[in-house]
Amino acid sequence: MSRTEITELQGDQLADLHQEARRLMTICNACRYCEGYCGVFPAMMRQTAFSDRELDYLANLCHGCNGCYYACQYAPPHEFAVNVPQAFARLRADTYRRYTWPGFLSGLFQRNGTLVSVLMAGGIGLVLALIHLFQPPEVVMGEHAGNFYAVIPHNVMAWSFGGVFLYAVGVLLLGFLRFRRDTAPRAAETALSVAGATHDALTMKYMGGGGVRGRMDGCNYPAESFSQVRRWFHQMTFWGFLLCFAATSVGTIYHYLFGWQAPYGYTSLPVVLGTVGGIGLLIGPLGLISLKRVADPATQDGAQRGMDTGFLALLFLVSLTGLALLLWRDTGYMGTLLAIHLGTVLALFLTLPYGKFVHAVYRYAALLRNRREQRF
Amino acid sequence: MTGLSEKVDVIVVGGGGAAMAAAITAAERSARVLVLEAAPKDFRGGNTRHVRNIRYAHNAATDFVTGAYPVDEYYDDLLRVTQGNTDKELSRFLIERSEDAADWMTAHGVRFQPPLSGTIGLDRTNAFFKGGGKALLNAYYATAEKLGIECRYEAEVTDLVIEDGAFTAARVRHQGREHTVEARALVVAAGGFQADIDWLKEGWGEAAEGFLIRGTGYNKGRMLRVLMDRGAQTAAEADQCHAIAIDARSPKCDGGIATRVDCVIYSIMVNRKGQRFYDEGEDIWPKRYAIWGRLLARQEDQIAFGIVDAKANDLFMPSMYPPLKSDTIRGLAKALELDPGALEKTVAEYNAACRPGEFKPEVLDGLATEGLTPPKSNWARPVDTPPYYGYPLKPGITFTYLGVKVDKQARVQFTDAKGRTVPAANIFAAGEVMSGNILGQGYAGGVGMAIGLVFGRVAGEGAARLVSN
Repeated sequence: MSRTEITELQGDQLADLHQEARRLMTICNACRYCEGYCGVFPAMMRQTAFSDRELDYLANLCHGCNGCYYACQYAPPHEFAVNVPQAFARLRADTYRRYTWPGFLSGLFQRNGTLVSVLMAGGIGLVLALIHLFQPPEVVMGEHAGNFYAVIPHNVMAWSFGGVFLYAVGVLLLGFLRFRRDTAPRAAETALSVAGATHDALTMKYMGGGGVRGRMDGCNYPAESFSQVRRWFHQMTFWGFLLCFAATSVGTIYHYLFGWQAPYGYTSLPVVLGTVGGIGLLIGPLGLISLKRVADPATQDGAQRGMDTGFLALLFLVSLTGLALLLWRDTGYMGTLLAIHLGTVLALFLTLPYGKFVHAVYRYAALLRNRREQRF
Repeated sequence: MTGLSEKVDVIVVGGGGAAMAAAITAAERSARVLVLEAAPKDFRGGNTRHVRNIRYAHNAATDFVTGAYPVDEYYDDLLRVTQGNTDKELSRFLIERSEDAADWMTAHGVRFQPPLSGTIGLDRTNAFFKGGGKALLNAYYATAEKLGIECRYEAEVTDLVIEDGAFTAARVRHQGREHTVEARALVVAAGGFQADIDWLKEGWGEAAEGFLIRGTGYNKGRMLRVLMDRGAQTAAEADQCHAIAIDARSPKCDGGIATRVDCVIYSIMVNRKGQRFYDEGEDIWPKRYAIWGRLLARQEDQIAFGIVDAKANDLFMPSMYPPLKSDTIRGLAKALELDPGALEKTVAEYNAACRPGEFKPEVLDGLATEGLTPPKSNWARPVDTPPYYGYPLKPGITFTYLGVKVDKQARVQFTDAKGRTVPAANIFAAGEVMSGNILGQGYAGGVGMAIGLVFGRVAGEGAARLVSN
């Protein structure tokens, strides 16, 4: 199939996704029973017509809590066949493809499981090959009392991983700005909108399933009954990720600002942050993957499973190899463990802008607009 | 488990709000309960699938309602909408017993939403279920499962065995097989007969062919017919029902709330002849929406058309089906298949009768026509700003009122051989099937749910009491 044909095919599918979302929002806007669940329906009620960009916004405001699906009098097999979580999941995946950079890499979202596996194997292989190439075996296999830099010099590690990380951040930022430009043109953020959206993101407010005075019922996931389980696993993943990021940042500050070199002691701030975060990143992703396995397929976009699972599995492996490295850093396995860990980290950074992680970026952009437009 | 018990304590016929309230109440009093729902699981719950709120008496604001709604006020409202056409003692009983409705529902898994934009107009008197009636049903069925209640879908009760005024068994068609299930008490909560067009014709004549059924297509009144045939007394007339104006393009059944069109008060309503027939601006919409079903039913082909112009089209809830549209009245008439000349004449006469004044969409603004018959008493602005929009509307019937007569214990009232009124020993009724006791005519939003909940619980209590004795 030629490049043009592929583009046209995607164009058709895209029109269908928007058309279906528009059909649903027109029905929902005449019903409005679900206004108590989340931000999507109140946001919908502020509109009368639904342009493609409006639908992109609403789809990314949807957290997939499924409350509206199980409550829907029009859910299949009703002839109106209303299934908002599934239609929005498909449209969300599509925004990820459309707003990535460079455009020709957008196909990576569809082949994410493969991408993650290949990059991880490649990353580990590459780092292993490089250390064996540049270091004699007695250094790679030697005991260094936890001093990683004996195997890979600090500058090499910092520049290569820093570079890849900055690339990922750059692509994500570009996506955020372009999405925001399209879905919320000429809008200026206020301190209130930023604070509100950040609160909604950090607390996963819209995974709470709505409620009165903070008494959240939870979302209908993985099945019909209300549960907070997904929110908790997601919080562990989210905060685990942030804590690991904080550990690295503190390490960087120690190194460059105070000249304190790794390895840091077991009770030092970077190690404590990394360990606690690492445990979160073991439990959270594992929990989310297991929930996904039993989730009601009616509400899911099956095509995204590879992407979702790939990202979660990678987070889990990064954490597992990181903790293993910490445990055995005083032994002769350190060099090999370091290579494996860095290989997974490399894969994580490289796939960050082309996988499930991007949901955070567009979700936050949608939460910002939602807060700006909410009437208090 | 997919079989069917041969003998239980209590059979509940129906699967909606009234049925589940009865089943749960009886099961909590240790009765073995079998729920027989005629619909498949996906469409379970009768019209409760489509409801959104309950009107209940309360003495203070809560998280879900904005203020008090005392028993006396509720009673006055009910007398007004029914024009006194109600069993006053039962109505009073209903309202007094509705006071713990929200607490009972919450305790059985139902979740309410805080008063939000969609609740305006009813946010003091009615509590709104989060997600609506299907979410409520999900909660009830989950509670029923925990209580060990046996719920069977596609289980249609075809006949009842009644010996010496006492119920002994039900004939059930389930998964293609005929069963006889014995029980010591029966609760009939199987809805009205609104989905049986032939029966509707008894009250409405051929006009019933033009009705759309807003709710479930499974409410065909089979149980009501059986009870009537066995001598049960009835309440309300066959043509009394809750019916509103819905989009003429809606499905025959089960279109629910999304098919409703709220254009009426800001429009002129014309019939097939292109002529107006009723005061569109009589009162604010929540107080009048329930009369338009009956008004449409009396028009030719049971259809009418709401005509608005560009300045009025954004004043009401957006409709699910897009309105027909044209830059001229003539063009709109053609799109609606009306006589262009007739519609132009109607619009011209109406426009000429409009008077200058301040238009206030949210209140009775007194902006009325002069010298026009019928008048438009409020919100009468000329239809003169293209594009013009037309909404085809038909009567959408929610539920019928004709039902069995009951007492305060929800016992069905029979007439014995000597013509005396005797309550059935062990047959109870709740919900739409006995709504005629309360609703002789008229409607106020959320009353149907109150009837189902209160009489469902009373029926469940009564049935369980019989079993424990």
